[in-house]
Amino acid sequence: MDFNLTPEEEAFRDEVCAFLDENLPPEPERDEMFPLRWSQLVREKGWVGFSWPKEVGGGGATLMEQAILKQELASRRAPPLGTCIMGLAWVGPAIIQYGTQEQKDLFIEDILDSKYQWCTGYSEPDIGSDLAALQCKGVRRGDHYVVTGQKIWTSLAQWAKWMILLVRTDSGGEKKHDGITCLLVEMDSPGIEVAPIANMSKQPFFAEVFFNDVEVPVGNRLGEEGQGWQITIGALANERSGISEVSGLLWELDLLKKLVREVQIGGRPASEDSRVRRRVAEFETRIAAMRFNGMRYLTKQIRGEPLGSETSVNKLHTAHLEKYMAEFAIELEGSYGCLAPGSSHAVERGRWQKEALGWCTAVIGGGTPNIQKNIIAERILGLPHD
Amino acid sequence: MNFGFSEEQQIFRSAVRKFLDSNAPLEEVRRIMESPDGYSPTLWEEMASMGWLGLLVPEEHGGADLGWIDLSIVLDECGRSLFPSPLIASTLAVLALKENGSEEQQARWLPGIADGSQLFSPAILEASDILGPGGVQLTGLAESGGIVLRGEKFFVLDATVATHFVVAYRSGEDPEDIGLAVVDRASDGLEVEDTPSIDATKRIGRLVLDGVRISEDRVLASGSRKGWSAVVRLLDHAAAAVTAEAIGAAEGGHALIVGYAKQRTQFGSLIGRFQGVKHPLADMYVDIESFKSLLYYAAWCLDESPDEAPLYVSMAKAYASDAFTRIGIDGIELHGALGYTWEYDAQLYLKRSKWVKSAYGGSDHHYDRVATLGGL
Ligand SMILES: Cc1cc2nc3c(=O)[nH]c(=O)nc-3n(C[C@H](O)[C@H](O)[C@H](O)COP(=O)(O)OP(=O)(O)OC[C@H]3O[C@@H](n4cnc5c(N)ncnc54)[C@H](O)[C@@H]3O)c2cc1C
Repeated sequence: MDFNLTPEEEAFRDEVCAFLDENLPPEPERDEMFPLRWSQLVREKGWVGFSWPKEVGGGGATLMEQAILKQELASRRAPPLGTCIMGLAWVGPAIIQYGTQEQKDLFIEDILDSKYQWCTGYSEPDIGSDLAALQCKGVRRGDHYVVTGQKIWTSLAQWAKWMILLVRTDSGGEKKHDGITCLLVEMDSPGIEVAPIANMSKQPFFAEVFFNDVEVPVGNRLGEEGQGWQITIGALANERSGISEVSGLLWELDLLKKLVREVQIGGRPASEDSRVRRRVAEFETRIAAMRFNGMRYLTKQIRGEPLGSETSVNKLHTAHLEKYMAEFAIELEGSYGCLAPGSSHAVERGRWQKEALGWCTAVIGGGTPNIQKNIIAERILGLPHD
Repeated sequence: MNFGFSEEQQIFRSAVRKFLDSNAPLEEVRRIMESPDGYSPTLWEEMASMGWLGLLVPEEHGGADLGWIDLSIVLDECGRSLFPSPLIASTLAVLALKENGSEEQQARWLPGIADGSQLFSPAILEASDILGPGGVQLTGLAESGGIVLRGEKFFVLDATVATHFVVAYRSGEDPEDIGLAVVDRASDGLEVEDTPSIDATKRIGRLVLDGVRISEDRVLASGSRKGWSAVVRLLDHAAAAVTAEAIGAAEGGHALIVGYAKQRTQFGSLIGRFQGVKHPLADMYVDIESFKSLLYYAAWCLDESPDEAPLYVSMAKAYASDAFTRIGIDGIELHGALGYTWEYDAQLYLKRSKWVKSAYGGSDHHYDRVATLGGL
């Protein structure tokens, strides 16, 4: 066990820091155009797709280099490395691992350049947590699959040019996981209809997507027929140590402590209130536990052992922190806690209220806490399936 | 960066496990815990010969000169077996001597601890149970070439079987004027009382020092602030040691419940299928893994990054105290009436969890310290 960086790792971190010192101004000094300049800069630097193989235009970095870079970026609140969020997070890795040469040529460079958005068509009106039971149909007809059915909660659907889509190509199989196939679908294909859904903050970030006999060329199938489930799991398994999330959470924690130092409870500083102190310390402890859990996972990966279901541990911590840190902040704000985000009288323009209404992506999006608990109970502890 | 055990450490862990499995299954643990001394001198001798007692003792004094991670491995496994032994007491004394004793003092005492012929135990807390300088009120007054100790000590590990105590005493007016001295069990004016613990695998006692006279050369660290900071460090070692044992103990208790959930049927279904059973078990797994990560990082800090150690020791101890408490309680409930019996082992884990939460600061104390160290 050794938590010091090796000389090579340290040299790499110094190089990253030097570059960031020079090119990444502190948050308040960044203008509106900065994210765009930034994404070009990091693209030239080779940091976009940093862990992807060099053959496809990635950076060929080791897991450790990737973790160091992510941590430094997150702790300085750097903008994302590109705007093509899903392409960079899982579509790209899935195509690299399962795609044909043609598909790699067609998509990878565009993803690295964030040329357009990708969206993800997994969930359906009747299918959420039990994703493997999905119903949207793909029927092979000559050189095409004909897709009929509906997807829902598809983030960014109205802006995306391409979708990574899961369809059922075979309903006769014994296991529901077997008949699922992954297709790459162009969103302006005839027969696709997108109907945006407003989230609780009235923003239409996700949508319903309807497929009426949409023809998808067989050449746009990712992997083999029936391999869709494996691809989905594999792509999600990519970077899961959760180390980079920790930097973001620590940032939130600092803001929470700042609030604690500013507010009073019953005429005395909240920072002297034992209950408040304990709550903040519990958050900090949970974040530290996530950090060290993440280091254990990373060590395991570096040793060449695949990560299993243990990463659900940090997902559950994330869910807890996302829900309760903001909640605690608005509690500290007293009556001010109910002022709407953006209100000029709200504390810090209602940043905590915004957070308190915005945790759903992290908590529900990637599998709910109940599902994470089932995963731990069934796959790690070996308890019976429910 | 590497947060994993080396191959030697993994081999070491299996050796420790093998020894405990064959010598201290729970029936044997029950026998030992009900014996008058509360530990097995035979096994203690074997532990000495395997080098566990001198794990942290420098080689020149008869030890293996290993570090906190290796110690955590032994404690973790001892915890899993709920193994009753004075290992924590003895190891804390080694740390106190190593960090505060002169070369001569180390040469005088460490070899005897490492070979098991002497059993040292730290005596820090008093009736007030204050984990700050104000908690040390036992006085040590300089008197003709020696020091006279007067006062009492509580919660002293393995007090009735120890041969020596490392006693914290007040050496002056300043709150932080605190010294540490080695006191013989056989000293005139020293009385030892057994104060039964809720967890019979853990022995604690009370000392009354009524004018115990010791010579100057028994004093480890004294005067000004040095003394108190040495005690703080010792309390950190203690909290970390308790937490390291809590990992194995909590895992042992958890495994017992998981095993039962896979075997007990009600309403035509294994109870492990009910989410009211399986989800708490998943939560417990999350908690154990998390305080395990915190503890091993804290253990590394105690050796390699001492400035960070207080924060992470407190995080680990706080988290473990609450998590193990829940495992102890749910462990009974999830076994139904069976869990309430003397014969079934769930009660042993419940009782160990009570010891863990109380020893060297519970979660309130340690979370408050985390808040302070975190800038509040
Ligand atoms: C902000 C946001 C963005 C999203 N973006 C996308 C996207 O881009 N593409 C996409 O495909 N999907 C997306 N989703 C959908 C997301 O993947 C699903 O919401 C999620 O999988 C849960 O499915 P569901 O909403 O149908 O809930 P359900 O599965 O119906 O669950 C409802 C409740 O029942 C509980 N539950 C379900 N099964 C069990 C069980 N076996 N045991 C115990 N409890 C159970 C759940 O925990 C939950 O609390 C997004 C969701 C959100 C909130």
